[in-house]
Amino acid sequence: MEDKADKIEMSGKSVTLVQGIQARFKLGYFHSSATSSFELDIDINIPGQGVTAIFGESGSGKTSLLRCIAGLEKTASGCLNVNGELWQNASMFVPTHKRSLGYVFQEASLFEHLSAMGNLRYAIKRNNQATNSQLLDQVISVMGIEGILEQFPEQLSGGERQRVAIARALLSEPKLLLMDEPLVSLDAARKLEILPYLERLRSSFNIPILYVSHAVDEIVRLADHAVIMGQGKVIAQGDITQLFSRADLALGVGNELGAILECTVLERDKQWHLMRVAFNGGELWLPNVENTQNNTQRIRILASDVSLTLTPHTDSSILNVLSGKIEEIINDEELAMSLLRLKVGESYLLARLTKKSLQKLALTLGKRIWIQIKSAAIVR
Amino acid sequence: MSLSDGDIATIWLTLRLATTVTVLLLIFATPVAWWLARTMSWFKGPLSAIVALPLVLPPTVLGFYLLLAMGPNGAIGQFTQSLGLGTLPFTFWGLVVASMVYSLPFVVQPIQNAIEAIGNRPIEAAATLGAGPIDRFFTVVLPLAKPGFMTATILGFAHTVGEFGIVLMIGGSIPGETRVVSVQIYDHVESLEYAQAHALSGVMIIFSFVVLLLLYTFQRKGKAVGMTYGR
Repeated sequence: MEDKADKIEMSGKSVTLVQGIQARFKLGYFHSSATSSFELDIDINIPGQGVTAIFGESGSGKTSLLRCIAGLEKTASGCLNVNGELWQNASMFVPTHKRSLGYVFQEASLFEHLSAMGNLRYAIKRNNQATNSQLLDQVISVMGIEGILEQFPEQLSGGERQRVAIARALLSEPKLLLMDEPLVSLDAARKLEILPYLERLRSSFNIPILYVSHAVDEIVRLADHAVIMGQGKVIAQGDITQLFSRADLALGVGNELGAILECTVLERDKQWHLMRVAFNGGELWLPNVENTQNNTQRIRILASDVSLTLTPHTDSSILNVLSGKIEEIINDEELAMSLLRLKVGESYLLARLTKKSLQKLALTLGKRIWIQIKSAAIVR
Repeated sequence: MSLSDGDIATIWLTLRLATTVTVLLLIFATPVAWWLARTMSWFKGPLSAIVALPLVLPPTVLGFYLLLAMGPNGAIGQFTQSLGLGTLPFTFWGLVVASMVYSLPFVVQPIQNAIEAIGNRPIEAAATLGAGPIDRFFTVVLPLAKPGFMTATILGFAHTVGEFGIVLMIGGSIPGETRVVSVQIYDHVESLEYAQAHALSGVMIIFSFVVLLLLYTFQRKGKAVGMTYGR
């Protein structure tokens, strides 16, 4: 909450800039049958920069939240403040077309009667800014749509359409970009085709993005922050590394569960094709990523790839062994398994162990242990 | 078998009536169709039924009530009299009003279907791109619903040209004022002028065929675009 308001000194006057996005909404759909009733009741506070994932199962209210922020749900009551601009409160409601936002819908929402370029021009014409051709060129090249500008939406593949739709949203030069599962209507191959464009979008344009998804792999690649939703309510919100190391949230099912670490590359070992990286709490050896000069890496360590020992083994094939402490033990959905949250320096890891091992090693809260990491996936 | 001057006058009057009715109906029916296509209100059902009534009612029933309403003691009649316009029955504008009621469903329904087919998505997308309500209508709804508007125009025009019963009830057969082609044919047959009846009827058959041909050619073209380029 401290970074919510930055006080800056300007010509002797103290100006309070409310940064970030504060949103509070209540929205109910009530039908005669109880099953189709749904109530959204949320209060979120998210940073005014970077990518914030809105994560949850289908029906948890992610899309409704995004539509409330866009002003597309006119019956929603609440309060919305976006980087110092008031968009909605009890007495006022800025209509969607007067909110400086971009919206990418789940399925392609291009205007069928306009070419790809016509769609882009539609946005430029209405953004109330003197868009220079440089931005247009940049957006077109980041989204890789140079070759399809003259084509009409019905001539484009699903992935191409979605890239044009994202470019169109960017060209309205929004203060906030809302993306509602932009990959959900695409097959796995198309998804992989678009993800790199989304990563380039994140690094090329300084626009805060709210990214709705129920796919863990998209979120760990793209997001810096997350809001976890369930049944119309916020379950948790915060930094992505913190959220993914919480055992109680179960972000990812069973074997997919894993913690995220942000690492800095310390050295690259040419002989063994490895790199040594440091995170807030220790160091790890990882397979070297040859084709990148990127010195910060985000890695994901699955709970099922972590095992514990009471003494440091030197006769093991495991390369990465860290010292840590047991912070939390909870029951896994699977009866035989337990989920452990481990503290390593200032960071956290998750481990999924059988209850039998737990008892055999007498693992209890606060106990110091050695953590063996079988593998780590570099996610970005 | 040739057309007399009187026949040609009725053709011009018919075209003038159909054009006036079609233009006025497009202006009047579009908001109605828009509302019917997008509303969740309970009143959608009743209003749809009212709009569709002319499809099932005999023209004589409609004509009868319109005659009463537009007459000196009817609501519309009182209103037009208070404006100093006199009463509408047996005038060209009386025919226009009656034809608008009679052709209403043929204009409302194609437009309504087209707007329903567009759905919310393109309209919402336009709003997120900064387009206001009027901008959205002219730059998104109108171009996307164009086939619906074309169908509505053709059907509204053709249906007005083809009406008979309601014209007879409201307009009678005043040359240059209310005597349209269908009434003229009836008069010819009544006076056993079969040659003239043949000539005018022939014109009507050719006209109707060309109009329907246009309609179906246009509709097929609209679909073919999607089929040729769709992947």
